[in-house]
Amino acid sequence: MSMRLEKRATSSAAALLLAPIGAVLFTLLVSSVLVWWAGAAVTQTYGLLLKGGFGSVFALSETLTRAIPLILTGLAVTVAFKARLFNIGAEGQLYVGALAAVAVGGMHGGSGFDLPPMLLFVLMLLASALAGALLLLGPALLKARMGVDEVVTTLLLNFIVLLFVSMMLDGPMKDPMAMGWPQSVALLGDLELTKLIAQTRVHSGLIGACVLALLVWAMLKYTVFGFDIRAVGANARAAAFAGVPVTRTVALAAMLSGALAGLAGAIEVAGRTSYVTLDMSPGYGYTGIVIAMLAALHPLGVVAASVFVAGMLVGADSMSRAVGVPTFIADVIVAASLIAVLVATLLTQYRIRWK
Amino acid sequence: MIELFDMLAQPGFWDAVLRIATPLILGTLGVLLCERAGVLNLGIEGIMVAGAFTGWLAVYSGAPLWVGVAVAAATGAVFGLLHAFLTVVLALSQHVSGLGITLLATALSYYGYRVSFPKVSTPPTVTPFAEMDWLGIPILAQQTPLTLLALLLVPALAYVLYRTPVGLAIRMVGENPQAAEGQGVSVAAVRTGAIVAGSALMGIAGAFLTLSAFNAFFFNMVNGRGWICVALVVFASWRPGKALLGALLFAFFDALQLRLQQSGGSTLPYQMYLMLPYVLSIVALVLVARKASYPQALMKPYRKGER
Repeated sequence: MSMRLEKRATSSAAALLLAPIGAVLFTLLVSSVLVWWAGAAVTQTYGLLLKGGFGSVFALSETLTRAIPLILTGLAVTVAFKARLFNIGAEGQLYVGALAAVAVGGMHGGSGFDLPPMLLFVLMLLASALAGALLLLGPALLKARMGVDEVVTTLLLNFIVLLFVSMMLDGPMKDPMAMGWPQSVALLGDLELTKLIAQTRVHSGLIGACVLALLVWAMLKYTVFGFDIRAVGANARAAAFAGVPVTRTVALAAMLSGALAGLAGAIEVAGRTSYVTLDMSPGYGYTGIVIAMLAALHPLGVVAASVFVAGMLVGADSMSRAVGVPTFIADVIVAASLIAVLVATLLTQYRIRWK
Repeated sequence: MIELFDMLAQPGFWDAVLRIATPLILGTLGVLLCERAGVLNLGIEGIMVAGAFTGWLAVYSGAPLWVGVAVAAATGAVFGLLHAFLTVVLALSQHVSGLGITLLATALSYYGYRVSFPKVSTPPTVTPFAEMDWLGIPILAQQTPLTLLALLLVPALAYVLYRTPVGLAIRMVGENPQAAEGQGVSVAAVRTGAIVAGSALMGIAGAFLTLSAFNAFFFNMVNGRGWICVALVVFASWRPGKALLGALLFAFFDALQLRLQQSGGSTLPYQMYLMLPYVLSIVALVLVARKASYPQALMKPYRKGER
C-alpha cells in the first residue's frame, strides 16, 4: 500500500482556521502521555497550565509581558521567511538591539548622555533597530551575492553575538554597581516604558508591538515593497523576470527583519529588565520561528500565536511548582504544536490518497 | 611564537584535537549522508542532545556502553524517521521541519532528564569508555573506541557512496530524482533510508559527549556543535574525506584557542578566543561559496509525478 498527496482544488476558510486549533489539541492529547509519565493527573496539570497562563489578571499580565518580545521576533521571522530568507538569527539580533539601546540610553558615567529624554528615546530605538538590521544585512548579502547559506551564517552569528555581549558586560559596558554580576549599566530611568496596569509588569511595549504587527500586515498586503517581498519569496526567478529588483528586495527585507528583532531587545530593556544580561532572552529568537510558523506567516496571526506560546511558558512555571511536572513540558508542547500545525496546514491544501 | 611551537609539540595537544574532532566527524558524516540524498537535516542539533541523553540514560540504568551507543543511534533513527515523514512523504519545508525536530528533541530530552532526576543538584555520572591503551599507536591510543569508529566510518561511507549500487542510488536521488525514478529507484525509500542512517550517526555523535568526552548529561552540552557540522559539510564539498579534514582543522583551532586561553599572559578577553571557531566557520563558508557544488536536488522536495 502506498500513499500519495493530491492537491485540493479549494480549501475552505473554516478549515484554514480550524487546522491550527485542531493541531494544538492533538498535541495536548499526545503530550498527556508525558504528563502521565511524570506521575501527575493529566486534567489537573492542564487545568493548572491554563490557569497559570490565563486564569487571573496577574497571570494574564505575565503572559502579555512575555508575549511582547515574542510578537517582535515572530514578526522579524515572518518578514524574512516571506522573502524566503531563512533568518534563524533573531536571537543574536535581539541581543545586539538590547546592547545598542543601553549604549545610547545607559547611565554611562552615572548620568548618561545629556539630551532631552524624548530625543534620547527615539535615538535609542533607532540604534537598536539599526544594530539588528546590520547584523542580518551581512548574511543576506552573502546569500544574494555569493550563495552562502544564510541558515548556517545566522545560526553561528547567534553564538558570536552572545560572546560579544559577554565581552561588553565584562568590559566597556560593565555595571560598576553590580558587584561582579555580569550585567550592563542601567538604562536611564526616563527612558523606561510605562506600566499598563499598576502592580504588574505588562508595559506599553505591548501597544508598540501590536501597532508594528498591523503596520507589517498592511505593508505586506498593500505596498509595492510588500508585493516585491511576496513575489521574491514565491519564485525569485519569476520575480526577476517580471522586473522585481531581487537583491535589493531581499536586502531591505533582511534589514526590516533584523530591525524588528533588534527592537525586541530595546523594548525588553526599556520595558522589563533595565539592564542587558546574558539570560535576558530564554531563546525568544528561536521561539519567534515557531510563532511565525504557527501563524502561517500572517503578521496578525503572530500576535495570537505569541499570546498562546507565552501563556504556555508562563503557565508551566506555576503548574510545575504545584504538581511537579517539569516546566520543559511547555517547550515540548510548543515544539510538537509546530510540527502538528505544519502537517494540519498541509492537509488543508492536499488530500491523502491510498492505493 | 616559541611558546606556540612548544604547545604544538606536546602530544597532549593532538590528543585534544582528535577528541574535539570526534563528535564533529560523526555529525558531519550524518549531515553529509542526508544532504547527498537531497535533504537538509537541521534536526542535528536536537538529535545530538537526544542521543547524548538516551545513550547516557541507558548506561546509567545498567546497560553496557555499546548498548548505550546503540540506543543513541536508535534515538537518532527515530527522529530521522519523523524528519523523513515530514520532508519526503509530506514534502514540507526542510528548514522548518529540521528546526522543529531540533526544538522537539531538545525539549523531550530535557523533560525526560528532569522527570528521571527531579532533585539532583550535581549531575549523576557513569563510567565512560576507557582509552585504547592496548592499541600502541601514539595519540590514537589516548582516544576511546568511539573515535576509532568515527575514523573508520570515513572510508566506509566514501566506499558506500562511490563504489556501491546503494551509494549510486543515494547520489542519484540527491542530484536528479526524476531520472532516478525513471531508472526504477524509489526516491522516497532511498531518501528515507539515508535520513534515518544519517540521523543515527548524529545520535552517536551526541552519545560520544556523554559516554566518552564527559561522563554525565548537562543542559546546553551540545552547544552549537550540530550547526558547526552543517557548516563543515558545505566546507567539505559533500565529500567524506574532506569532511574529516574539515573536522580536524576545526578541532585544531578549537584546541588552540583553549590552550591560548589557559596559557594566560594574554591581554585579549577570553570571549575572543571562544568566538574564533564560529568566526572561522563563517570565513570557511564564504571562501568555498564560489565553488560549492551543492547536490542539485538539495532542499527541493520531490513529489512523484509533480514537476
